[in-house]
Order: sequence, then C-alpha cells, then structure tokens
Amino acid sequence: MVAHLLSLKWRLLLNGFKRSPGQLIGMAIGGLYAAGTVLTLLVGLVALRWADAEIAQTVVVLGGALAMLGWLVVPFLVSAADMTLDPARFTTSAIPAPQLLAGLALAGFIGLPGLSTALVSLATVASWWRSVPAVAGALLGAALGALSCVVLSKVVTTATASLASSRRYKDVSSLVIFVPLVLMGPVVAGVAQGLAGSSDYLPGLAKVISWTPLGAAWSLGGDLEAGDAGAAGLKFLVAVATLAGLFLCWHLLLQRALVTPPYAGGTSRKGGRLGLFALLPATPTGAVAARSLSYWFRDPRYAGSLVVVPLLPVIFLFSSAQSGSYVMLSVLAPMTAFLLAWSISADTSYDNTAFALHLAAGVRGIHDRLGRALACLAISLPVVLLFVIGPFFITGDWAWLPNIMGLSLGMLFTGLGLSSVVSARYTVAVPLPGDSPFKKPPGNVAQTLAVQFGGMGVLLLLVAPELGLTIAQALTGNPVPGWINLVVGPVLGLVLFAVGVRLGGKWLDARGPELFAQLTVNR
Amino acid sequence: MTDASSDPASVPSPGQPAPALSIRGLAKRFGGKIAVDGISLDVPAGSFYGMVGPNGAGKTTTLSMATGLLRPDFGTALVHGTDVWSEPLEAKKLMGVLPDGVRLFDRLTGEQLVSYAGLLRGMDRGTVRSRVPELLAALDLGADAGTLVVDYSAGMTKKIALASALIHAPRLLVLDEPFESVDPVSATNIRGILDSYVASGGTVIVSSHVMDLVQRMCSHVAVVAAGRVLAAGPVDEVRNGSTLEDRFVDLVGGGRRTEGLEWLRTF
Repeated sequence: MVAHLLSLKWRLLLNGFKRSPGQLIGMAIGGLYAAGTVLTLLVGLVALRWADAEIAQTVVVLGGALAMLGWLVVPFLVSAADMTLDPARFTTSAIPAPQLLAGLALAGFIGLPGLSTALVSLATVASWWRSVPAVAGALLGAALGALSCVVLSKVVTTATASLASSRRYKDVSSLVIFVPLVLMGPVVAGVAQGLAGSSDYLPGLAKVISWTPLGAAWSLGGDLEAGDAGAAGLKFLVAVATLAGLFLCWHLLLQRALVTPPYAGGTSRKGGRLGLFALLPATPTGAVAARSLSYWFRDPRYAGSLVVVPLLPVIFLFSSAQSGSYVMLSVLAPMTAFLLAWSISADTSYDNTAFALHLAAGVRGIHDRLGRALACLAISLPVVLLFVIGPFFITGDWAWLPNIMGLSLGMLFTGLGLSSVVSARYTVAVPLPGDSPFKKPPGNVAQTLAVQFGGMGVLLLLVAPELGLTIAQALTGNPVPGWINLVVGPVLGLVLFAVGVRLGGKWLDARGPELFAQLTVNR
Repeated sequence: MTDASSDPASVPSPGQPAPALSIRGLAKRFGGKIAVDGISLDVPAGSFYGMVGPNGAGKTTTLSMATGLLRPDFGTALVHGTDVWSEPLEAKKLMGVLPDGVRLFDRLTGEQLVSYAGLLRGMDRGTVRSRVPELLAALDLGADAGTLVVDYSAGMTKKIALASALIHAPRLLVLDEPFESVDPVSATNIRGILDSYVASGGTVIVSSHVMDLVQRMCSHVAVVAAGRVLAAGPVDEVRNGSTLEDRFVDLVGGGRRTEGLEWLRTF
C-alpha cells in the first residue's frame, strides 16, 4: 500500500509535466531555482566540514529549526498548498490508517520542497564527516528531522483543511501574504544587521533550541562529535517523541477530518444594500464603474494591489535611508501611477467568462471601457496625488513638485487609456476568479509576456514627452521644464485617455464575441 | 411551425407575425470538428420551445450563435425580424439570455448582480429597485439577497443567473439548461413563472436533457444531434404517439439493449 501511494504521487507529478509545454517550462524554472538554492546550501554544508565544531553545530541546528518553522508556516499562507494527495480522497478506499499515514508521509518527499529538504538534511552528514559516531548521529538526525518537517506540514494542512476551504479565510490569507513578500528586502536587511551585531549570542541560542523539538534532531551529530553521549541520547529521545507526537496528532486530526467533511457554506444575508450601485449614476457606465470598484475591494486579485500600495512608500523610504539620498522618493508617484493604471490592462481576463453578461446585455464598448477606467481612476488619483506631494515634506525640494506632478498625472491618464485598448483586444493568463492571486494561472504564457512587455514599451513611448521634460530639468537644473510638464502631462494624458477609451470601445463593439471566445479558452 | 430548411421560401409572408427567433443555416467549426452543421429553425412567437439532444449535439453552440455570444461561420439569426449579427445592440434588447457554463460576477451580492444586469441594459434606477426584490422573492432567493453569489449553491447560482436574464422583461428568453441542479420546488416555481410569461405572449427557448420535462412543459420541440436538426415541430407531432424519450432514442440512435455486465448480478 505504501508503495502504491508513492507510485501514485510519482505518476501525478509526471502527468503534471505532460499537461502542457508551458507547465513544463514553469516547472523547469521552479526546478532550476530550487536546484540553485539547494546546491548553494549543499556546498555550504560540505564546507562546514572544515569549520570549527561549535560554528558547525550552531549553523546546522539553527538552519534545521528554521526549515521546520518554514514547513509549519508556509501551509498557513499558501492556501494553494499541494493537495494532490488530499487524504479526504482516500475516504472511500478503506486503507488501514498506519499504512495511509506512512505512505502519505513518504510521498511528501516526492516534489520539489520535500526533495530539497531531504537533500539538504542529508548534507549535514557531510558537515559531521569527522568521526564515526558523529556521522551516525547526523544521519539519524537528518532522517528524523526531514521526516518531522514533512509530517509537521501535514498536521498543519489537516488541521486547517476545513478552515482553509472557507472562502473568507482564503481571501484574507491570500492578501496577508503580500505583506511579508513586499517587505522581504527591508526585513531581511534588518534581520541581517541585527544578527551581525549580536553574532556571539547565536551559539547560546542554538544550545537552547537544540533541547526543543525544533532543534533536537539536528543537534545529534554535533553532540556525538563533542563526545557528549548523554546529551545526545536525551535529545534523540526528544526528537523521536516529537516525530511520534506529530504522527499521533496527524492520525487523530485525520480521523476527525475524514468523518466531518469541510463545510464551505456561509451565513445568508437579507438584501436591501445595493452599496455602490445605489451611489453611482444609474447608467451602464455608472453600473460598470460600481461593479469594478466593488471588485477592487472584494476580489483578492484586485485587492492585492491595494494592499501593496501603502507598502510602496515604506520600501522607497527604506532604500532611500540606506543610500542616504532621497532622489528615489520622487520616483514613487510615477511608479505607483504606472502600476495602478497598468493593473486594469488585464481587466477582461480577470472577468473570465462572466464577461458574457456584458456581451449578452449589449453593453456598448465605450460604456464598458469608461466604467472600468473611471473605477480605477477613483482609486488611483487620490493615491497618486498623495504620493506626489508627500515625499516633498521629507526632501523639501519643492522646485521639483510641478515636474513630478505632471509626469505622474500624464503616466496615470495615458496608462489608463492604453490599458483600455489592451484589455479590449488581448487576453492574458491571470489567476481564475476565486483562486489565490499567487496561483499559477492557466493559459498562454508566451502571449501574456508579449502583451505585458509590448504594452509597457508602448506606454513608455507615449509618455516620452513627459519623461523628456523630467530629464531636461534633471540635466539643466532649470525649473521651467517642470512647469511645462505640469501642463503637458495632464493635457496629453487626458487626450490619450479619451482616445484609448474610444478606440478600446470601438474594438470591443467589433470584436466582443471573439474576445469572449478567447476568454472561454482559459476558464 | 415548419421545418424551415428551404431558405427563401420560408420568409414570413406579410401580415403574419415574424417568428420570435428565426435561424437559417447556422454553422460553426472548431478546429477540425464541425459543432453545428447548418441548423435552420423557426421559433414561433408565443411558443414554449424545447431543444433536446445528446451531449455534444451542438445545442449550446447553436444558442450562443443565436444570442450574439459566438460569431457563426455561416448563417443568420433574426430575433423578431432583427438580425443578431448586423444589428447586435437592437437584437440583444429583445432577448434575455441564460448561457450555460459561464461564470457570473460572483463577488457581487445576489441583488447587486441582478441590479447590475438591469442597469447595464440602461434601465432606470426606480424600475430596477422595484423589480429586483420581487424577482428574487419569486425565485426563493429573498433570504439570500445580500449574500455574495460566490457563496451560493449551484442551484441558487442558476436561479440568480435566470433572474439576471429576466430583469429587463425581454420578449424572447433563451435558457440553456435552466433546470440543471435546481431543486424540485424551485423548478416548479420557475416553470410557473415561465408558463405565465408565455401565456402573456412571451417566447421561451430552453435546452435540456430531461425529455420528460420537455414533453410536459413545451409546446414545440427540436431534436438536435451531431449539429443537425433531426425533427422539429409541435411536441405532439414530433413524438408521434410514443413518448418523447422513446422517439428521441429512435431518432438519435445509440440506445443499447442492456446485456453484458453479468458479473454485476453475481455479487
């Protein structure tokens, strides 16, 4: 039975490759990335062989504990966790529990994260290639540690399975994960600085952790090398007890989960709240704008951008503080304008086949385009104005305000116009409605890249006048180009906005059914 | 009702009302596969028209081409005399469409979605506001009007899509699989709504797999298989004495006598 489960997982992995060349390429890129990381870690661990024993022990124990924490936390954040061998699917097969658990645990090693963890764990044996007891201890520790990692993640996914199937939890967790991802740079730099300042504190930390379930398994090699057989024996017991405890938890959770399938329903709510539909004008354009605005707040795929926006100044401030110059801060507003305006270039792709409603209702293209663009504008205009003016309170270089204002507004209006054209004609691969914003979307990756990069190139051409005026002021130091930009940016931007909405509307009227046919391919 | 395969002859004579839907030689090919192979039909105004056929017969493709969702390779579709493909905006005003297998804007609440459908069609706010609660109550969705559509069950989703198709009081309703996963009580309510709609002069086209339902509910039926019309006309004429289900299996073929699988009886 264990062999069956392993071969099933292997088969699922292989068939995943077969589905499309695009998927194969994606997997290959992910594989290369993982291989690079794993190789670096392997080399590092082998090099530890010649390091001082205390340093090696500190690195291995802390690294192992971090890996365990990673396996604990990641399933919480990535609701698109690997559920190919979801235990619930074996409910009807009547497999004895011990065999099911053993099979699923071992199958956890088939796949990139499991395989990487197993390889890196085994490399700790090389670090302790110093004496026979040390090698034996490290080997035992690696096996216990790697297995504990996998079982730990199974415990977490089983415990949260019914929670994770609720839509609200998925929505929130897929938004929250943006925060650590976006702030990764500053956080890593901060932690590195902190560690560099207190490096003599780490060996003590490692000693304490090596007595906990997180680090016990990883410390066996080092303790045996140091000749401390008593401590090693006790830690071995801690590690075994950890693994046994995890298996027991998993078993109990699984028993409960198998007889109580997840319930995804919500509470029903009475009507009477039309929200934005009651506020905006009762016209097709107004309705489209109200719908789009509702989506900006309710759909994680849109709301993700709204979570990122307030984090952008943090990143720019941080990098400015590190470099000591605040020049980067003036890029904040045009950059944000660009990101927000470009975000609706995939608007119809985000609709997916729900676009059928617009098509069947005979919405005129220009109403569709204008409604979407105005919804985006309602959110992005206040943000961009705030980001234009805000940084000058820090830099005090007010002579640049007109220029940055003109550039940002030009970028925003031009971007919205161009997006209106692009999303009327081209579809790109985006996560499906209801999926996590991080889930790899189905569809043609090549076309997505071509549309995205081609569109951005065209946008840069269209805002060339504004960019030129900004560069002129930077080179000459003369504020006159800035004042010209304050006029040129909004005027040229608004003209291009109007042209874009009209052209997009015209294309939509002419090719609505063809666009819909493209959308039905990626459903 | 005539099976209108001869083209120019079947142009409605002056004085007679134009058919609610008149399609001529509709054809569509997807890659190497011909999905619809020249279908012609007249759906008389005021009829309750059923379209039946096996899986993959081309029902959904035909209805998509007749409602302006999918551009046909050949052929025309007229709704009350208005060409769907040369005057799409005019033709779409006359139709309410429930497509099968498409998503909805499901991050809206039920009442928001139906209001949205009304406003998109240019209705004024007052009318939308008075019609939506009435429509939702008639479809047993009143208690869930404020729930997001994404949290609806499959049957509720079908009903809210039907409400979106009804909100602007169209003259022709085109419903693709309207009863799929709808519970029997709601199905009866929907039938009641559709029956009174037809009685007051509206026209309904439904596609379905359920022969029994079509036989009881519809006045006319078209049997479609492999992208062609095998038989069309008033239900009693098409079924010709036997039940619609038997007649359907006769026409389409492929009904197998139940033999083999002896081991299933050995336990």
